[in-house]
Amino acid sequence: MKNALRLSSFGAMAVRILFAAVAAFPIVFMLVSSLKPDQQIFGDMSSVAAFLPIGNISLDNYTAVFDRVPAARFLINSIGVSAVTVVLGIFINSLCAFGLSRMEVRGKRVVFTAILATLIVPFQTLALPLVWWVNQLPYFELNGFSLEISKGWLDTYQVQIIPFIANAFSIYLYHQYFESIPKELDEAARIDGAGWFKIYRQVVMPLAGPATATVAILTFLPAWNSYLWPLMVVQSEELRPVMIGIQYFFQLNVSWGEVMAYASLITVPVVILFIAFQRSFINSIASSGVKG
Amino acid sequence: MTTTQLPSQRRPGATAPGATAPGAPTPSAAPRHRRPGYLREQLSGWGMIAPAAVLLLAFVFLPAILGFGLAFTNARLISPRPVEFVGTDNFARLFADPTFWRALLNVTYFAVVVVPVQSALALAMALLINKKFRGVNFFRTVYFLPVVTSMVVVSLLWLFMYRKDGLINELLSTFSFGLIQGADWLNDPATAMPAIIALSIWQAAGFHMIIWLAGLQSISGELYEAAQLDGASRWHQFRYVTWPGLKPTRSLVLVTITIQALGLFDQVSVMTQGGPLDSTTTIIYEAVRSGFKQQETSYASAISLVFFVLVLLISAVQRYLTREKD
Repeated sequence: MKNALRLSSFGAMAVRILFAAVAAFPIVFMLVSSLKPDQQIFGDMSSVAAFLPIGNISLDNYTAVFDRVPAARFLINSIGVSAVTVVLGIFINSLCAFGLSRMEVRGKRVVFTAILATLIVPFQTLALPLVWWVNQLPYFELNGFSLEISKGWLDTYQVQIIPFIANAFSIYLYHQYFESIPKELDEAARIDGAGWFKIYRQVVMPLAGPATATVAILTFLPAWNSYLWPLMVVQSEELRPVMIGIQYFFQLNVSWGEVMAYASLITVPVVILFIAFQRSFINSIASSGVKG
Repeated sequence: MTTTQLPSQRRPGATAPGATAPGAPTPSAAPRHRRPGYLREQLSGWGMIAPAAVLLLAFVFLPAILGFGLAFTNARLISPRPVEFVGTDNFARLFADPTFWRALLNVTYFAVVVVPVQSALALAMALLINKKFRGVNFFRTVYFLPVVTSMVVVSLLWLFMYRKDGLINELLSTFSFGLIQGADWLNDPATAMPAIIALSIWQAAGFHMIIWLAGLQSISGELYEAAQLDGASRWHQFRYVTWPGLKPTRSLVLVTITIQALGLFDQVSVMTQGGPLDSTTTIIYEAVRSGFKQQETSYASAISLVFFVLVLLISAVQRYLTREKD
């Protein structure tokens, strides 16, 4: 405890604040600039006014953003794609980790090793063959009462979702977390006649809240932030996610106020979501999640 | 992965599951195979593992194998010609291309700076917020803010700040009382890569701070108490308790930062498009440029394959160097 007291001494606090200032200043600058007209952004830059919402403050940049870009549509697309990816990701990856961690399944070691091996394959190296591959996949569509089968997933919602549901890191996180839950709980439930799925749903998952929060954030972030993939596989404007919208601002005259407004618009929801989850997220990684 | 499914499918036909009474003396190597519910456990287990395993098979393993194969062909994204096997032509072309060697050099430069600096800063941040104190959650959140901001948004924001009349130069000028006149960071071949390095560290350090934090929290508090009883200084506590305790975390941080650094793409794509004069181009940027913009799927696959082998080699070397010595 003496050590803790010394650590939180004045010097350590000064360093903490310095780091916090470095981490936060570009984000504060972005939010503040989004409220200012272009001329004032450049005028304020040489003083502390760059970080303060003072002067000619308005939401004009935001209204201009909605005129220039179908921002509402992009936001709805990104929210939908991210939400579906997160929900299915939590379900499928936790289910897989449950089978690998808590059941005596033959061959599970090989499967677990193979799953972990996918962690060393960077997505960028898969992207190009994946484009070719998803274009070969069949696509089922209910049209009235007849089921139509067409070829190719390019330019759809599912091409933005399905390849990213299963995730080795999520399976690993759940696996680590499940290992820390006593197996006696399963035994007791089995004696009471519970099936495996019931144990998963009613015994193990309710205890795995912090792991779920972590997986939710770690699935949500890349889904919301994805850029390279939609650039390659989505052509229709009505299916595009938010990150692609950035391109619209560099086609004609660039207004940096509008760029900052759009950047804030697509960043703030993530920050709010993160702050809502941050306690369980950081604590779960920090206490039991990632270990080498 | 498909072969591993065979034993569980073969099993039911081989023995009648649950035929032996539970608790019957079975001194053989695998008595659990005969206990009641064995078949059910296998079937439900595989049922639970299968969805994720099939998806990973379809969207990671298959494209990886596909990419491997395409690298030895002349496939194009959209082409009327049939795909032909061309041997190692793509690799010969790649190794004769000066842009590829420049990209390799740039990525090495990036990694050599980013790996040590980012891991050290991340460790410093983790040490600063490891112990509980008033406001610890505030600092944890702020340090992590750049990580939740998309790399595309971050690149855009810094693109604006790096302008000749941008925020960075104005800040430099203000803090040096007008002595330093900043560069035109992204348009000068000498400063473009350092500028990208700075923003990359700024964005990603918070993520590795969390991994370090996990390692710090796993070190028992009793060790520190014992060290204090022995009168160890703060530096000695770090040197002889913290640092050895972080051993498994160290290799994890090292490998993840290195792989991340070698895969440099988003920042370059948004900020410099590889320029000026190829000073910021990277392996992945070249792969995407040839595969997507020029539609040369096969050549891009060859670049991806070289990249993958590089990542494997470096992870293997790092694993060897940081292996358990006992």
